Amino acid sequence: MAANVAVGRYGEELVARRLSAQGWRILARNWRCAEGEIDLVCADGPTLVVVEVKTRRSISAGLPQEAVTAAKVVRLRRLTSAWLAAQEARWSAVRIDVVAVTLPRSGPAVVEHLRSVG
Amino acid sequence: MIGRTRSVVLMGLAGHLIEVEAHLASSLPAFTIVGLPDAALGEARDRVRAAAASSGLRWPARRVTVNLTPASLPKSGSVTDLAIAVAALAAAGEIDDARIAETVHLGELGLDGRVRPLVGTLPMVAAAAASGAREIVVPIGNLDEARLVDDVRVRGVASLGELLRDYGSTDASPSSLPAVLPHAINGARAVVPDLSDVQGQADARWALEVAAAGGHHLLMTGPPGTGKTMLAERLPGILPDLSPQEAIAATSVHSLAGTLDPQDGLLRRPPFEAPHHSASAAAIVGGGAMLARPGAISRAHGGVLFLDESPIPKYTLLSVGSQLVPTVL
Repeated sequence: MAANVAVGRYGEELVARRLSAQGWRILARNWRCAEGEIDLVCADGPTLVVVEVKTRRSISAGLPQEAVTAAKVVRLRRLTSAWLAAQEARWSAVRIDVVAVTLPRSGPAVVEHLRSVG
Repeated sequence: MIGRTRSVVLMGLAGHLIEVEAHLASSLPAFTIVGLPDAALGEARDRVRAAAASSGLRWPARRVTVNLTPASLPKSGSVTDLAIAVAALAAAGEIDDARIAETVHLGELGLDGRVRPLVGTLPMVAAAAASGAREIVVPIGNLDEARLVDDVRVRGVASLGELLRDYGSTDASPSSLPAVLPHAINGARAVVPDLSDVQGQADARWALEVAAAGGHHLLMTGPPGTGKTMLAERLPGILPDLSPQEAIAATSVHSLAGTLDPQDGLLRRPPFEAPHHSASAAAIVGGGAMLARPGAISRAHGGVLFLDESPIPKYTLLSVGSQLVPTVL
């Protein structure tokens, strides 16, 4: 289990760096509440983006993005409202993105960014 | 990100050319089919995905939307499996979009990637050709039947992998399993007995000849054992050959009913149907929702429908619809 958690953290770190590099502001990481946890909360210009990062070391159990089920998207939406309720700031638009990271045994990580999934 | 091809759906005997378009969106993986699909067609999602995997291809990890147009026409059955697979993989850039856009694809897919034979291939190919299609891909098991239609290039495929390789996919591999062929038709087509076998019965033979020449109905009465059945069985033998249009229509009915042996080619001779007098109304009239199941009346199209002991089936048919009564009487 610990290995999986470490892989997850590595993926989140990688994605956070990439998003910052493309000009997004990272507002929170691993934000927790009673509903669960948000991996990354970012600002893409005027839009609030809640990012779910899924990291896999192999695709034997399917692609990482396939692990984000409809139920998971519903939960992300609830988490998003919880985060908004806990903040003072107001946003003109809110979006949920999924970033799928596959870490092959050798070579660079494969990162796929899916916008507006829910 | 859009792949397009064509297919055919059957409503009874009438085939309609439809367009199958697939769109890939960069979102969470999903697969939806729109355009009035029925339950069997909805299940195409699982067949197509498994068939692609068995052919050595990864199904696109995208939101795949397949639209069957015209959207108002109800679609049913598994005929469009092959078209859906090809359109989606063209949208994914796996195969050459230009090669498939004008081609009609007919075929059901097995989970192992093989293309399975269909019922009703002949009316579907005939409808596609009549709507202007020039190139049609059919299951290899239905190739002989599809070739009965003139003026159209027909190609038989054994597996999805084989077709995709031809369309330029380098990852696809043809199935190594033997091709799926349709079940052999039980029993050879009966030899039509000859009217010249009949000794005597001059009046009855004359009546048969008049009926055959004029295309009249014929009612025969008499005590058992006087030769009514023997004479009736010989009526098709003195009827003229079917016209080309009649031959396509009659053969299409048998293709739908699953009683066509493509080795025999088009039915050129008038068919003969003799339903048992205890046969149900559905067996005689036919039925079926979406996919029509022709009854004895339809199978006798262009030929002879022989109702032995007709007073008995008459009462069954009366309950089906009064418009049938003149036919029976």
